[in-house]
Amino acid sequence: MVSKEYLVVILGMGLVTFLPRWLPLIYLTKRSLPSWLVEWLDFIPAAILSAILLPALVTDSATRSIELWRPEFIVAIATFLFAILTKSLGGTVIVGMVLFGLAEKFLL
Amino acid sequence: MKSSKLVKYATHGERKAFVSPGMAAAWPICLGYLPIGLAFGVLAQKAGLSLLEIGLMSVLVFAGSAQFIAVSMLAAGASFFSIVATTFVVNLRHFLMSSALAVFLKNTDRKKLSFFAYGVTDESFAVNLSKFRDSRWDLNSALVTNYTANFTWIITTVLGGIGGQFIPAHAFGIDYALIAMFICLLVFQIRGIIYVITAIIAGIFAVFLSILIPGNSYIVIASMIAAAIGVVLKKTVGSGKERSDGV
Repeated sequence: MVSKEYLVVILGMGLVTFLPRWLPLIYLTKRSLPSWLVEWLDFIPAAILSAILLPALVTDSATRSIELWRPEFIVAIATFLFAILTKSLGGTVIVGMVLFGLAEKFLL
Repeated sequence: MKSSKLVKYATHGERKAFVSPGMAAAWPICLGYLPIGLAFGVLAQKAGLSLLEIGLMSVLVFAGSAQFIAVSMLAAGASFFSIVATTFVVNLRHFLMSSALAVFLKNTDRKKLSFFAYGVTDESFAVNLSKFRDSRWDLNSALVTNYTANFTWIITTVLGGIGGQFIPAHAFGIDYALIAMFICLLVFQIRGIIYVITAIIAGIFAVFLSILIPGNSYIVIASMIAAAIGVVLKKTVGSGKERSDGV
């Protein structure tokens, strides 16, 4: 039982989600890009991952305020060090989870 | 169960050699999707969506934060236009991610590219991008990673709708899985001092913009500015100082 209105809404959502994901892949892969653009795109991953991460670590999204010493941030410092030293994705995920589990138990 | 499936695929020979690495690369994403997918299912079910409606949204949209927002907008009786417009703005960051991925996918099969585009999320972008620097990674492996994550998302959101509140989804610090994954993938992206500076600038910009402006457009604005500063820095400092050894 899916209403027609609902189907139209999620089809619209699907389209506007797909297009920004699709257009650059179709358009940019079939031509040679200017070197400044390639250089700029080379910095995008580091920039975008940091722009996703840091607000999640040091801001409270409910009150939209900076809150430095949250468990998320404290655990992130140790997780960062572990990632830099080991370069292990699986290990970092496990260590981060365990530390956060402990932090939730003992810090809150 | 999962490992026996991998073994089965592996015996299919070389043509399927991309399947198990593709699935293996997706496990941190799947782990991270578990609590979020369940939470979404619970929320959607409370908002009055049926299991079929929940599953259909996860198939057609496949975008975590946009789906959360859409469900609360649906529950509040928002119009078609406002829901679709909000989804567009919330997911615009993927334009930037697909652009960065495009650099690694020159002259690839266009049909496969379209199927790949469907699965570009924050998480699959981060995993695939660091993998593409590895010469053994290709579009086939990336597709398997994307659809493994996609499948997990669909299953967990529907499971959440069935009875997610009874599943202890927040145990063992599982809520931190994606953050830890992003931390490590960010470390993988750092290939010299200019990348460190770019990341720090992007992070600080993002923190302040996230407080000043509603929504998540801070991600796109902060990273575009920071990447531009990175390019300028590289020009002024000179590429000679950049370390070329990959991480």
